[in-house]
Amino acid sequence: MMDGTNTIPEPLNSAKTKAEEGRRPGGKKKKREGVSGKMLSLTCFVLLVGLWCAGSYGGWVSDIFLPSPTAVLEKIISMAKDGSLWANCWESTSRVLIGWVWSVIIALPMGMLMANSKKFSAFVQPIIEFARYLPVVALVPLTLLYLGIGETQKYTIIFLGTFFQLVLMICDTVSSVDKNMINAARTLGAGRFQVYKEVIFPAALPGLMDDFRLTIGWAWTYLVVAEMVAASNGLGYMILRSQRYLATDTIFAGLILIGLIGLLTDWLFRILTRIVAPWQERLTDAK
Amino acid sequence: MEKKLKLQVKNLTRIYESGGGNQVTAIQNVNLEVKESEFVMIVGPSGCGKTTLINIIGGLDTATSGQVLLEGRPVSGPGADRGMVFQGYSLFPWLSVQKNVEFGLKMKGMPAAERAQTAKRYIDLVGLGGFENALPKQLSGGMKQRVAIARTLANEPEILLMDEPFGALDAQTRVVMQELLAQISRRTGTTILFITHDIDEAVLLGQRIYVMSRRPGTVRDVIEVSLPGERNHNSLVQPEFLETKKKIMDMLWQESNDAAMDR
Repeated sequence: MMDGTNTIPEPLNSAKTKAEEGRRPGGKKKKREGVSGKMLSLTCFVLLVGLWCAGSYGGWVSDIFLPSPTAVLEKIISMAKDGSLWANCWESTSRVLIGWVWSVIIALPMGMLMANSKKFSAFVQPIIEFARYLPVVALVPLTLLYLGIGETQKYTIIFLGTFFQLVLMICDTVSSVDKNMINAARTLGAGRFQVYKEVIFPAALPGLMDDFRLTIGWAWTYLVVAEMVAASNGLGYMILRSQRYLATDTIFAGLILIGLIGLLTDWLFRILTRIVAPWQERLTDAK
Repeated sequence: MEKKLKLQVKNLTRIYESGGGNQVTAIQNVNLEVKESEFVMIVGPSGCGKTTLINIIGGLDTATSGQVLLEGRPVSGPGADRGMVFQGYSLFPWLSVQKNVEFGLKMKGMPAAERAQTAKRYIDLVGLGGFENALPKQLSGGMKQRVAIARTLANEPEILLMDEPFGALDAQTRVVMQELLAQISRRTGTTILFITHDIDEAVLLGQRIYVMSRRPGTVRDVIEVSLPGERNHNSLVQPEFLETKKKIMDMLWQESNDAAMDR
């Protein structure tokens, strides 16, 4: 046995020259997407704008229903100039962020616990499954009654819209961590908490990032619900108020802004995922 | 001189409750022992409960009845004194080779500098010097298992438990890995209990082989293997090797034949 009396022997002759030579670390890998992928994405976008131009400038659709691209662009520029663009974007983004961050903070430990404790899971799952099916819109009257018309009510709507789904998604992601890895860690002497911290969390991280990315998208949907009632700023409020004045150009401007913020968020998450989990093997990685 | 007993398994039985109140006996009254520095194999048909047995010894499963003693003390739950290597690559993909091998030492609370040194020695031992900073996804299957072996050995366990560790490798790599393990066993004197369904592997590596019966698995025979000279790929064609192989093949053939007659 390898107790103190034995010194560790000289390295054995490596046999890797035989069967397993080949892959070396740091080998160049082809980029995931070539130019063609980006070109296709761009083509789709251009096509859509083209259709819009044709419909609008061609006079097929009335301005009331479909404002012209120039009108929408002008609207955005004028809003940027008078500052309302930034104020509304900021209000909405901060509401989304605060509501969603609360949802993550509570859902993460709960989801991880559910995945690893049958008892806890049995205890909370029925409530979560039940709550998950409640339409958030139907909860708005109650939130107004309980919380009034302040910011807390807005955060709560976004929280309610994302939390229950997120818990189940996190539970699922954590449950699918390879049992082999957990067993290996335990036989290497890791305690229960160490297994969580050193194995389950890092192993689940790429999946968790995906869960976060999806739910923050939904948070934007619930933002509009939250700003529908008793709000005096924000992109959702801007869109709803414009309906009253038939200001379709403002509605379009609002939609485009939300879409752009969404694209930006998604992109940030993808980059962040690569930063925190550069080790992840993707299907598209040629092996 | 008689060698010290490292591991004793006494009357081990594992019964699983399956749906509808049915019971499945995976292993029944298994008795075996492993002495210090011994290389012991367990070979048996698939589904004979080999993995159940080694998981119980490793503390990942619990016995319905019976006992596992390590140096005379009963074991319960997993622990660093019984290192395991699994068939599936169980490396942590976010850690480099170096950090993977350091994992168990870190869990023990060993200081970083000492940890790095120890890990480096075992990385060299399995022939992976120069790959310290590689990530598991950059390694071939054989290299991954080398890391897994180094990671377990670095922990200096009392016994190394191996559950078909080379089962997923191609035939050539498997022989290379078997030779490597035979060398490690000779040089370090590590006590090893190794499970396989591959008779060649069992005879090539084992000093003693426990042949298991089909389900419910129990020890059918114990065979002492003595091959002349060092164990390496040349052993595979020695008359002594073939003789032992034939003996085990006959036993396992009978087991599968009986199983077929039952159906």
